[in-house]
Amino acid sequence: MIDFIHPSLILFLGAALLPLLKGSARKTALLVVPALVLALIATLEPGEFGQFEFLDMALTLGRVDALSMVFVWVFGIILLIGMIYALHVDDWIQHSAALGYAGAALGAVLAGDLLTLYVFWELMVITSVWLIWRRGSGVSYQAGMRYLVIHAIGGVLLLAGVIIYYQTTGSLAFDQIEVGGPAFWLILLAFMINAAVPPLHAWLADAYPEATITGAIFLSALTTKTAVYTLMRGYPGVELLMWLGAIMTLYGVIYAVLANDIRRILAYHIISQVGYMVCGVGMGTVMALNGAGAHAFTHILYKALLFMGAGAVIYMTGKSRLTDLGGLYRHMPWTFLFYMVGALSISGFPLFSGFVSKTMITEAASLDYRAIIFLMLLMAPAGTFLSIGLKLAWFTFLGRDSGLRPREAPANMLLAMGIAAFLCFAIGVYPAPLYALLPNPVDYNAYNIGLILKELQLLLFTGLAFFLLLRFVGGKNAITLDTDWIYRGGGKRATLAVRNAVVSGNRWIRKAIMIVLRSRAQGIRSRYGRDGKLARSWPTGSMAMWTAILLASLLLFGIRT
Amino acid sequence: MDLGYWLEKLVRRGRLLSLLMLGLMAVLVVIDIIVPPAYIRFPWDGIGGFAAVYGFVSCVILIAVAKGLGKLFLYQSEDYYREDTDDD
Repeated sequence: MIDFIHPSLILFLGAALLPLLKGSARKTALLVVPALVLALIATLEPGEFGQFEFLDMALTLGRVDALSMVFVWVFGIILLIGMIYALHVDDWIQHSAALGYAGAALGAVLAGDLLTLYVFWELMVITSVWLIWRRGSGVSYQAGMRYLVIHAIGGVLLLAGVIIYYQTTGSLAFDQIEVGGPAFWLILLAFMINAAVPPLHAWLADAYPEATITGAIFLSALTTKTAVYTLMRGYPGVELLMWLGAIMTLYGVIYAVLANDIRRILAYHIISQVGYMVCGVGMGTVMALNGAGAHAFTHILYKALLFMGAGAVIYMTGKSRLTDLGGLYRHMPWTFLFYMVGALSISGFPLFSGFVSKTMITEAASLDYRAIIFLMLLMAPAGTFLSIGLKLAWFTFLGRDSGLRPREAPANMLLAMGIAAFLCFAIGVYPAPLYALLPNPVDYNAYNIGLILKELQLLLFTGLAFFLLLRFVGGKNAITLDTDWIYRGGGKRATLAVRNAVVSGNRWIRKAIMIVLRSRAQGIRSRYGRDGKLARSWPTGSMAMWTAILLASLLLFGIRT
Repeated sequence: MDLGYWLEKLVRRGRLLSLLMLGLMAVLVVIDIIVPPAYIRFPWDGIGGFAAVYGFVSCVILIAVAKGLGKLFLYQSEDYYREDTDDD
């Protein structure tokens, strides 16, 4: 009896099988593989599995414990929902990439050592990029390229950090990183790139809105949350992360106010929401870490739901900019309803999932008397509700009539959204099963009158401000610069200018050196050359004299011996 | 079930709904003033309606900061990056 089958193995086999199948057989496989994985996850027992030696290094493929299981469960659930949503897509490359990507993410979360983590980390990049490229536009190709390069840099940093870690500690086990020096920072930097911590976040807002409609669901769920898991495992209680996380929550919402593309608004809100988790990891208390895990779980569900709603709008209308949309509630009422469940969840309205997880992190901040962090984390939901619950909803589904007359989204899309919406609501109403899954015992109840009052006042008065400022908050036909400007815009121009300056400077210096060398060579030639002082022929007279001296000395020494 | 029909009905009563919402918000603030806070950890705990004011002010600040940054530095035409793509 085999006591451990790695879920990733099923997914990789499934990914390899898909191109061989056609039509309804492939569709069946798309549902059966995630269902099998979920069944397998349900049978996982705590422990360490798949241990083996490789070049004298002890590797562990499967570490099943409370922390990894939070992420394994939600990855499994979202994989099934995402596949239902993508069922109508007839493109095996996307489907195989999605299965492989989920397999890599599960592999990374279950990895018990840093080398295994690194391998799956890289595998995530090369599988997920196809979910961007298969959109098939020039823009998506270039965004995918930039995505690939940034993550390649992150991978190199991780590998370098792992090598130095191995050399200093002699161990590859992936637990809290306690060694100081470059290993600590390199691994942290690699995790922060994937968690989209500013200023290393620009790849996310650049690439996700250009992904395929169904691919964005998997992207929004897996990469950043795998990074949150690795931060929880490796860097709990690092105070820098607390501050960066709190800044992230506001950075994301401010950029979302400016964005016009509906999926770019959602992408910036991934950064904002992951900020809560990063902040919780940085605080490092039991409550904060539980909150980070719970928020990762609920976030994956409601963010996927929001991406599914926005994706359905783009799929049915072909438009993705707020300035082109409006009044769709009449034609896509179910999409609107499900989207709003996601919007209320992410904003943290009582009875929806965000409320029971996000407030854990803000309460953890207040338990530690961290006033500034608390106020930052309390300001961010206002921005979340502003962009997701009000701005995007208003200018897409309500507001002015754009003249678009789309049909309702296909049944499989609605079903996937319905399942996600049900889970968002169910967790919000009855959070006990989620709390039971968390790494530490939970002593927390979000449903107390003080918290409900605070949250409702905060969000509803945000709404009041929104409607008073309605004419300022609409979409604008413009893009916003972010830190990707460094490698795309003026920064790229500056780089090219520096390159040109280096090239011409190099030429000039070479020329100057050659001039000096030539004049030196001239000098040498005049002294040592054919007519130089040292190369002149000597008169025979002096030769005769030297011979005489030599003979005389021989004579002298000959007599002595 | 014709969800669109029900939504249409609700939207047509938009004015009434927003008045109801404003009423609810006023009630919330009143309750918050009456009900004593569960704990006092920060100076603002116990001030009735603090969250309401904070939410409103936060929203205004976020919009003002975002739009200000947008106008000053961040907004660019949608072709901004496209022009550079044929560089090298």
